Amino acid sequence: MKRPLRYGVLFGLLAGAVGWWATAPERVPEAQFAALRGDVARGEIVFWAGGCAACHSPPQAEGTDRIVLSGGRSFVSDFGTFYAPNISPDPEHGLGTWKTGDLANAMLHGTSPAGQHYYPAFPYTSYARASPQDVADLWTFLQTLPASDIPSKAHEVGFPFSIRRALGGWKILFGGPPRILTGNLSPEAARGRDLVEGLGHCGECHSPRNALGGIDYDRWLGGAPNPSGKGKIPNITPAKLDWSETDLVEYFTSGFTPEYDSAGGEMAEVVQNLAHLPLADRQAIAAYLKAVPAVE
Amino acid sequence: MKVISKCVLAAAFVTGLGSAVFAENDAATDSVIKARQGQMQLYAHNLGLLGGMAKGAVPYNADAAKAAASSLVLLTQLDASRLWPQGSDEMSADNTRALPDLWDNQDDVMKKAMALSEAAAAMEIASGTSLESLQGAMGPLGGACGGCHKAYRAPEN
Ligand code: HEC
Ligand code: HEC
Ligand code: HEC
Repeated sequence: MKRPLRYGVLFGLLAGAVGWWATAPERVPEAQFAALRGDVARGEIVFWAGGCAACHSPPQAEGTDRIVLSGGRSFVSDFGTFYAPNISPDPEHGLGTWKTGDLANAMLHGTSPAGQHYYPAFPYTSYARASPQDVADLWTFLQTLPASDIPSKAHEVGFPFSIRRALGGWKILFGGPPRILTGNLSPEAARGRDLVEGLGHCGECHSPRNALGGIDYDRWLGGAPNPSGKGKIPNITPAKLDWSETDLVEYFTSGFTPEYDSAGGEMAEVVQNLAHLPLADRQAIAAYLKAVPAVE
Repeated sequence: MKVISKCVLAAAFVTGLGSAVFAENDAATDSVIKARQGQMQLYAHNLGLLGGMAKGAVPYNADAAKAAASSLVLLTQLDASRLWPQGSDEMSADNTRALPDLWDNQDDVMKKAMALSEAAAAMEIASGTSLESLQGAMGPLGGACGGCHKAYRAPEN
């Protein structure tokens, strides 16, 4: 299945001009991560909040096949086609030989074990807001999933976008602030912030981007053209989304809108993931959406 | 800045492909599209009561809930063979969001229609039992509606 690139941020490759010297991949402190102990149950929540299955499960997978993370879904952009890799615990074709620190480098810095930059089609600019413990929990959970020996497909990306080093400049320009909504928040809305701004990567689809592909944080969650060319990804700030918190929680649970139409497009997949979260987390997301500034 | 203007051109091209050249619908096509959308609206209408109860906006009443769920079951049993004629997809006709893929994957569409029948039957039992079981049946029902929309309905314009 071909899917248009939602995270169509690669204009920013031009930003490689920022300078080769500044573009060396960043890494986490290895000892800190080696010392962390993960919890499987918490890791499963991180997994569904992060929506890893939406991209890394096999194309068209339904039901229990969604946790076989053999990859293969394609993401089409003007720069070429990206394929989500195999991230199952297979030692040869997946992450079998990885350590907690490797996953942390990937999610928090977009850096591979070999020290290369990942393409932002993998939404690490949002995942960078996850906590070290989230990553350790997720890593413990990922190792419990079935292994798949399906090899990852090579991306079909032409020169100059094939130069991963150039992504460093893009990362410097578009890393984004650690927190987008600041100020006093209730504990519930603060949990919602962690989920929406970080793992849930909601802004990757729901926020408009500037000409270079970076998120426009002044119009956070203010809606965006759909990169497929059809329709719009809706504005989910209080300016346009007037659903009650109860209505929002129902939408994140069953996918039903207040009119009892059902969530469509890619949001249907997001809802499938959110439905696995504890009710309190879906309520926290709703509370956060009520607290973000209205974007007209 | 040459690369950027190329990208803009490419984006414009993709958008151009997305919006098909619409022909005016003839009366028969118009009526069949309205009819099937009406069936969908009746699903939504009955779900309105069940969902209202699930959310606590409407007090739970076993008889009323069961009547709405039974209507859902009946709706899944309507003869659909004349509701989806060739040439009534969103690339060929106006005022519809049904994707051409729906006509190319009949087996899968049947599977998704069956999944809805099963979820509606489960709701019929659950809704008459207790509020908790009604709430538990909402997720699978939403999944059955959404599963088909995800695959075979175009996004809103
Ligand atoms: C929007 C789609 C998308 C989502 C969501 C997503 N990924 Fe990915 N992921 C990708 C793509 C595309 C790549 C390839 C990036 C590259 O090669 O530069 C990738 C690469 C990776 C890699 C590197 C694998 C390797 O072999 O080097 C890891 C690890 C990874 N993802 C883990 C995750 C985890 C864990 C989650 C959930 C928290 C997740 N991904 C969510 C699209 C996604
Ligand atoms: C992969 C892209 C993508 C991601 C990630 C995503 N959404 Fe969506 N969202 C959409 C699309 C597309 C729609 C429109 C759905 C439709 O057409 O039925 C939507 C619709 C919605 C709506 C309904 C708005 C309305 O007016 O109908 C809400 C609320 C929402 N999203 C919240 C979220 C939250 C919260 C997150 C993060 C947990 C999120 N979305 C992540 C693509 C996405
Ligand atoms: C087997 C596939 C399938 C299933 C199952 C399904 N739908 Fe639909 N639905 C569609 C298609 C296709 C359309 C677009 C029809 C069109 O525009 O011609 C649609 C459109 C709709 C619409 C918009 C109608 C309009 O006026 O334009 C609503 C509301 C809706 N569906 C609700 C539901 C609900 C609620 C359920 C579950 C109880 C459901 N649907 C189950 C395929 C399905």
